[in-house]
Amino acid sequence: MDVNKTVGQPISRLEGKLKVTGAAKYAAEYQVENLLHGYVVNSPITKGKIINIDIAKALAIPGVIDVLSHKNRTKLAWFDVQYTDMDAPPGTVFKPLHNENILYNGQPIALVVAEDFETARYASTQITFEFEQEAFETNLQNNTEKGRPAKKGFATALKPPPPPPTGDFDKAYGQAAVKVEAEFKHGTEHHNPIELFATTTVYKGKGKLTIYDKTQGTINNQLYVANIFGLHYKDVRVLAPFVGGGFGAGLRPQYQLFLCVMAALHLKRNVRVVLDRKQMFSFSHRPPAIQKMRFASDINGRMTALGHSVYAETSNFEDYTEPTANWSHKLYPSPNTLFEHNIVPLDVYTPMDMRAPGGSTALHAIECTMDELAHKLKIDPLELRLINYSEMDPSSKKPYTSKALRECYLQAAEKFGWSNRNPEPRATMRGNKLVGYGMATGIWDAFQFPARVEAMITKDGKLVLNNATTDIGTGTLTVMTQIAADELGLSLEEVDFQYGDSKKPFSMFQGGSAITSSTGVAIVVAAKALRKKLLKKAAQMENSPFKNASDEEVIFNGGNLHLKNEPGTYVSLKNIIAFNKGKAIKTTNMGKPHMLKLRKYSLATHSASFVEVEVDQDLGTVTVTRAVTAVAAGKIINPKTAKSQISGSMIWGISKALHEETIMDDHFGKYINTNLGEYHIPVHADIGQLDVIFAEERDELINEIGTKGVGEIGLVGMPAAISNAIFNATGKRIYKLPIHFDELI
Amino acid sequence: MNNFEYRRASDTKDAINLIHQQEKSKFLAGGTNLIDLWKYNITNPTSLVDINHIAELSEIKALPDGGVRLGAGFKNADTAYHPIIEQQYPLLSKAILAGASAQIRNMASNGGNLLQRTRCYYFYDPEVPCNKRVPGSGCPAKLGYNRIHAILGTSEQCIAVFPSDMCIALAALDALVNVEGPEGKRTINFADFHRLPDDRPDLDNTLKPGELIISIDLPEKGFTTNYSYLKLRDRHSYAFALVSVATAMELDGDTIKDIRIALGGVAHKPWRSKEAEDFLIGKNASAENFSTAADLILKDAKGFGHNDFKIKLAKKAIIRNGLMALNPDTQLPGAKPSA
Ligand SMILES: Cc1cc2nc3c(=O)[nH]c(=O)nc-3n(C[C@H](O)[C@H](O)[C@H](O)COP(=O)(O)OP(=O)(O)OC[C@H]3O[C@@H](n4cnc5c(N)ncnc54)[C@H](O)[C@@H]3O)c2cc1C
Repeated sequence: MDVNKTVGQPISRLEGKLKVTGAAKYAAEYQVENLLHGYVVNSPITKGKIINIDIAKALAIPGVIDVLSHKNRTKLAWFDVQYTDMDAPPGTVFKPLHNENILYNGQPIALVVAEDFETARYASTQITFEFEQEAFETNLQNNTEKGRPAKKGFATALKPPPPPPTGDFDKAYGQAAVKVEAEFKHGTEHHNPIELFATTTVYKGKGKLTIYDKTQGTINNQLYVANIFGLHYKDVRVLAPFVGGGFGAGLRPQYQLFLCVMAALHLKRNVRVVLDRKQMFSFSHRPPAIQKMRFASDINGRMTALGHSVYAETSNFEDYTEPTANWSHKLYPSPNTLFEHNIVPLDVYTPMDMRAPGGSTALHAIECTMDELAHKLKIDPLELRLINYSEMDPSSKKPYTSKALRECYLQAAEKFGWSNRNPEPRATMRGNKLVGYGMATGIWDAFQFPARVEAMITKDGKLVLNNATTDIGTGTLTVMTQIAADELGLSLEEVDFQYGDSKKPFSMFQGGSAITSSTGVAIVVAAKALRKKLLKKAAQMENSPFKNASDEEVIFNGGNLHLKNEPGTYVSLKNIIAFNKGKAIKTTNMGKPHMLKLRKYSLATHSASFVEVEVDQDLGTVTVTRAVTAVAAGKIINPKTAKSQISGSMIWGISKALHEETIMDDHFGKYINTNLGEYHIPVHADIGQLDVIFAEERDELINEIGTKGVGEIGLVGMPAAISNAIFNATGKRIYKLPIHFDELI
Repeated sequence: MNNFEYRRASDTKDAINLIHQQEKSKFLAGGTNLIDLWKYNITNPTSLVDINHIAELSEIKALPDGGVRLGAGFKNADTAYHPIIEQQYPLLSKAILAGASAQIRNMASNGGNLLQRTRCYYFYDPEVPCNKRVPGSGCPAKLGYNRIHAILGTSEQCIAVFPSDMCIALAALDALVNVEGPEGKRTINFADFHRLPDDRPDLDNTLKPGELIISIDLPEKGFTTNYSYLKLRDRHSYAFALVSVATAMELDGDTIKDIRIALGGVAHKPWRSKEAEDFLIGKNASAENFSTAADLILKDAKGFGHNDFKIKLAKKAIIRNGLMALNPDTQLPGAKPSA
């Protein structure tokens, strides 16, 4: 019997129409009665103390309800642990309005609550603060001597420190035939999703709150609020049905949530707090990093030594790390390795995961160093990668559950026309432009988190699923609907996946490219249980042909339960539910990674990016004319939404390579280009042709559905590929990101 | 709340009267700069005089002497795409279209473009000193992050750049600015309209308080055969110029009969050098001669660290743009990937 499959089909986003017509509502758009509006006041100083706050003038303004600060805040949880969220690094979590201390520039120091937003914002300008300023440090380069390994903690599980040294690095590097030493600098970036961080808190009385929040984790924020404000977690409901991008910024609760809830509880009113674009630069960010690379090989290009030491910024209160020095040895075998990751605490807010954290920073340095090595060796850069290709993970000595990186290299190279590359830098011209080809490898984690899904067939024969995950614009709703539809043999219209609500069964936050594998597996597990229940019920029906049928002997298709060998014999799901007196048949199940089995393996997605650039020979202006990225990420549930993830992250790679940077003025200890006019990301005119290839990768080990996640991998190789193409075009290697065109003249 | 009065002017007289009735009054044209500055608390008008409905300001018309008059209220986009401008002043059209984004150009007026303020980061942040915003408070840009700042005509007090693209072409075309105030009408040469910071960086131009820009006159000579506008920036659209060059030439064979070279992104006003232009007249339009001219233009250029590159870049841009002006169909570098 032909079973209609939706997995593997390029289905358009199911919520697309709601989004493009403006019908989709975001956190700041919920119309609530008697709503008050909060406006956050941020510290203009970088370090010191608040000596005095004068709010009299602000309070006198008609429409102003209250001004909350550390002086009059409500009583709060005392212990750090109660403020800790699921993504908190080791350290002392930042507690807004906790006391008079200023830890970083832009720190929230007060919330003005008024009848309308404009009044609140105006009143915020009428508060006078007296500060005592202290000396501060915000410059990474000048403070590398403060670098130290990060403390271990809860977050270390997902972000292990680099592996210990192997062999004798110093000796091997010292004696190596060919070596490259290089130092790479990487600027600060802010996530800047287009949707501003916002919270609308509906005060329901008796300590009950409904919170519309911009977040990547409804349950993460639910627990955070409950813990801090001493509420029962069941009384706190966090909703985020639509999220206008996250990129990691929503992995931790941001301060507008705290302030909004505090005001709602304090005033016993409905309150909304929306940040403005400038305030979007006042919390988490991708940390700046300095990477010192020392790679060596024999004369045939086999790696003999890999050295990668990292200095990356963190705050003075939390030890943020991202796996950075961990990656080169996952790709390239080498008998001698030396890796270290040092964090440098500065007077800034704690950095936070931003799309491919660590990986995109690291692979820039690793793959540019490999390119330089290839150039020295006079070996084609792709050839050098193939010479050092490893089927297993050299750093853990475990096999990969699957690894189709070779296919990525070959398919992308073919599509791109890599064989036409002229290895001689500054030798290919097109008019007055220098043309260059560059390539780089990408590697990223394949995470799976535990997740619970409730699945039920309702009396109209529909499948309803519940899970607390968000859809941050990745296509989660669509792929979950596809997975579920296939499991029960239904059409997409017959499946209703409900999400974005902390009341629903557990999901971790949506990060690490993990949700398809996490909630997806839970759906498969729940669907299996549901099929069993449906069969059992069907077997109880009068004269049921399913009486002795086993799970393997039946098939679900077209809204019916069939006997496999006798497809003409069937009962509709509707009739099964009718027989159940119209009561939905439901099940709730947990999907989780098979830790015992997977411990023997290494898990990763891979990619290969090939880029052509044109660089004006006199003026240095760079255009990425075309790029091809091939990705091996297990099964692709939806080639359309997956392609959007990859091409979107390729554009992000262009942004990282050529545009994006938040500029810190170390004299003031503050970022100075805090708006989207001056914080540059690419515009349409910056994007040439982008091609995406998904290399076939069957992975029967990794999880029940064979997926690895595609949210980040497309970004990882791009910055190095662009940088390498610029070298091929110009003969200049720029050891920093972003690369500015004037560095090429 | 920050309350303000809004009044709509019916004609230019009305506008000039209204602006004087209140102390902190501002004309509102497209609002693309004014409203931003207001949101950031850089300006705080208590009264707005909306000049968008004054018929006289939204005209574009041919002048008897062969020139063209651009109304101050006429929109940047309408100006750039107007057939008269495209045909008679293609340099102006190109320069306008190199600026901002389509949406902003649709709102931005010609008068407002002349009066847009610098994009200096420190000017935009009321929490830090800035001599342009608060005279006497200091200039953090000199020792701070000054990648976008000026290399020519700077002062101890200010190194900000005037960011317009349109005005670079207007400077090259020797436009005239017609203004009217309580003391009557006057016409200002474009070269005298914007000023250098000196010790009054708070003043961007020589317009007197309450004066209304009525129109901009373009002289007959539009340099329709040899012109080019080259804008160098960090992305291919929607970014201000780090260096821009407007070049307009009149050639006799290979010999330069008349030439204008105006630079943007390098100073507190569109930058021209009579010395360099005089040098080129009577010479061949060659890379070598443009190079010598560039040295003359840039001879007093001074960098502040992050913007040192502008000196080198400006020279290369002047040469390239001179050559591009020989064949105006030459593609702007970086504008589009080549085929
Ligand atoms: C994100 C962004 C990017 C931009 N990029 C560029 C760029 O790349 N290149 C570029 O050239 N420009 C750029 N611009 C600036 C844009 O060109 C100016 O904002 C616009 O030209 C201003 O015109 P307006 O009519 O909106 O002026 P308004 O904002 O309305 O007015 C500006 C000032 O002029 C005064 N004013 C207006 N009209 C008159 C008049 N007739 N008489 C007297 N006073 C008057 C107002 O009172 C106000 O003080 C950009 C702007 C933004 C916001």
